[in-house]
Amino acid sequence: MDWINAIVQGTLLGGLYALFAAGLSLIFGVMRLVNIAHGDLIVLAAYLGLTVTAALSMNPFVALILVVPLMAGFGYVLQRGVLNWTLGDDILPPLLVTFGLSVIIQNALLEGYSADPQKLNAGAIEVASANIGGLAVGYLPLVMFLTAVLVVAVLQWIFYATALGRAFRAVSDNQDIAQLMGLNRRHVFGLAMALSLAVTAIAGIFLGVRTSFDPATGPARLIFGFEAVIIGGLGNLWGTLAGGVILGVAQSIGAQINPGWQILSGHIAFLIILAVRPRGLFPRMDG
Amino acid sequence: MSVVDTHRVFRVTTASRIASVLGLLLLLALAAAPWWMGRADLRLLGEIYLYLSLAMLWNLLAGYAGLVSVGQQAYVGLGGYVLFALTIFGGLHPFTAIGLSVVIGAIVAIPVAALIFRLRGAYFAIGTWVIAEVFRLGFAQVSALGGGSGISLPVDVVRSLADGRDAREATSYWLTLGCAAAVMAIAYLFLRSRNGLALTAIRDNELAASSLGIDIWRSKFVVYVVVGGLTTFVGSLIFLQKLRISPDAAFSVNDWTAYVIFIVVIGGIGSLEGPIIGTVAFFLLRETLADLGSIYLIVLGAIAIAVMLVAPKGLWGLVQDLTGLRLFPLGYRVEPKQSRKE
Amino acid sequence: MPEPVLDIRKLDAHYRDFQALYGVNITVEAGEVVAIIGANGAGKTTLMRSISGLIRNRAEQITYRGQQIGALRADQIAGLGIALVPEGRQLFQSLSVEENLIIGGRTGRKGAWSLQRVYDLFPVLQERRNVPSTSLSGGQQQMVAIGRALMANPDLVMFDEISLGLAPVIIRQIYESLPTIVGEGMSAMIVEQDITKALSVSSRVYCLQEGRVSLEGRTADVSREQISAAYFGT
Repeated sequence: MDWINAIVQGTLLGGLYALFAAGLSLIFGVMRLVNIAHGDLIVLAAYLGLTVTAALSMNPFVALILVVPLMAGFGYVLQRGVLNWTLGDDILPPLLVTFGLSVIIQNALLEGYSADPQKLNAGAIEVASANIGGLAVGYLPLVMFLTAVLVVAVLQWIFYATALGRAFRAVSDNQDIAQLMGLNRRHVFGLAMALSLAVTAIAGIFLGVRTSFDPATGPARLIFGFEAVIIGGLGNLWGTLAGGVILGVAQSIGAQINPGWQILSGHIAFLIILAVRPRGLFPRMDG
Repeated sequence: MSVVDTHRVFRVTTASRIASVLGLLLLLALAAAPWWMGRADLRLLGEIYLYLSLAMLWNLLAGYAGLVSVGQQAYVGLGGYVLFALTIFGGLHPFTAIGLSVVIGAIVAIPVAALIFRLRGAYFAIGTWVIAEVFRLGFAQVSALGGGSGISLPVDVVRSLADGRDAREATSYWLTLGCAAAVMAIAYLFLRSRNGLALTAIRDNELAASSLGIDIWRSKFVVYVVVGGLTTFVGSLIFLQKLRISPDAAFSVNDWTAYVIFIVVIGGIGSLEGPIIGTVAFFLLRETLADLGSIYLIVLGAIAIAVMLVAPKGLWGLVQDLTGLRLFPLGYRVEPKQSRKE
Repeated sequence: MPEPVLDIRKLDAHYRDFQALYGVNITVEAGEVVAIIGANGAGKTTLMRSISGLIRNRAEQITYRGQQIGALRADQIAGLGIALVPEGRQLFQSLSVEENLIIGGRTGRKGAWSLQRVYDLFPVLQERRNVPSTSLSGGQQQMVAIGRALMANPDLVMFDEISLGLAPVIIRQIYESLPTIVGEGMSAMIVEQDITKALSVSSRVYCLQEGRVSLEGRTADVSREQISAAYFGT
């Protein structure tokens, strides 16, 4: 029963990892940008949630109404003000600039909120659970997982059924020709980053409600998100969800064997999949 | 009349000749530092040499081989733990352990490269980070090495380095100076070797290089393994200076990769002079802004971003564009033998 | 006399690191089909890229309907009504046939061309509207590329090497459709290495040689000898 429980809890945790990963996957798909600061942006969203909930004394999930647009706006400005200037054939500039951004965000958070761990308080939902077939399934993990499924479904719909998604795919295929269609790629990239950080906002709030966080929490979130993307296969959003679940299950099985092995076993599962299936389990795009 | 008759091809310039003479003099003066410098200054210089070495090595990877790693802390930490494990459990003299760390680092780098070379570009970068995390979490599980809280280098191991504290400080200093000089010499000779030329060709045009029959994968693999071995070596010296190791300190992405990247980017990526300039700039900034704490890191990150956007070739690139100066005789230059009369 | 649709004055354009065009002057009148011919490397593609804004120049070097557009971005120029059928088709691979056409019309310019009208012109595309554009034959892909440009209802459409790599029967079919396309007041610029094809549909011709205009005139007035002299620089 312990093992089944570990697999169920791991699957639900995988939803959170998919939320970490979805924004990363999205911007890689549109502009081949790997955002090293992605994890720190998730933590930034969590802190933003902290400030909003404290200032307006509201539930963190209600605070999403403010945090999502704020992060999206920040994403658009960040893309047009900084990141657009780094895009080109050379992979170094975007990598190093987002790396610098990561250090800046971490230390700015340290300055603003100190190194003390913080947590978002969502009330009763945090401890409530349902008994399903003898397993205690927490409402929070369940909501987290269903949110991840919903987010992936919405992103999938935007990508394949809307004019915005068509613009994303066109710019991703061929930037020059997309410009000839009247698409301003700088604007399209800005919108992609805005969407990515909107998802990041949701991920940040769930992170903050689930566990405590501090300014140095970001990099590990980036790595979990990255592992989910690679396990699932580049450019495949449903694959990313599957990747998150595999990572979550690997971690909770590891933790079941030895509490110290939780994170390590996730990394090892990732490396094994990388060795056996270098393009991930459900690849759709070349790296 | 062919071009060969009218032009001469050369590598060594007056500037590079002067630089090599000055460099040797500087090396001699620095080697004598234990006789004319205080203990604190010696320690600072030692730290500078070690950062210079890390910067040189990262520059070889990212600036020449196009392998942008953000996981070199894997090898720094490995070097530290190799030193501690071999001296404490193997009973080896620290010198032997430090020497062996090169070999061990290179051997570890081989399977790591085989695995993460499957990832491209930026994903390669994060892949290297995952490896470093695996090392960190792995060493935290080894209770003999202090587990998650760490371990100190035993007094008798430290004593075996030299008699008396001053002599030990001096020995430790010379090791770091020798390390920086050796890494610079190796980087220079490597870039002049067949592999190094292949690397430069790949960097300048991967497609053309492969059509010339250069095995890109193999060239990059060799660089990765050599740099892995040498970074492990630097790591063993870093923790010989610190005398204490813990997984978080050993595999710190900020200390061993972020700073190093900033040094190389600010100084000038893809040149041998860049890391030197960058190291000097980094320590000048650190010594002046150290009181600011985390603000200092924000400033550093902002400077690195600004440099990357405005002057991607760094401070050295700016100097070079203005003066055409070159201190390391790498690559050839062509100039007319005499001014042509029209 | 009405002002020309396109007026290029003393255009010096650079492609990558080298200069590809030197003081080029070209005009296109309303409703006119102009052929641009020249050998490989003569600067034809650089000319197309300059007009469409993929290469940016000085504002006054290119005037379109009285507006200086030389320094505008490609997406701004597209919105003004200049469309390009690029060399090698360059369809969006992750878009279906119909999506490729729809995205061509996203500038929202009003005019005669609609999805249905493109399907009427190339019925085969309607049958295959939902397949990925990559699964089409070369000729069908060229039809999509042309349809995509027409969907923008441009005032000036440029065709860059539309017969390259296609079977003769397909080329004939595409050229037969050109009069329908440009018959409604639309101006066109046709770039071809196949001189005969280009001349057969155009009223005027410019020949480029090493980045300079080496010949210009009415198609009816220029002789074979003049063209080959201008083309090869003999």
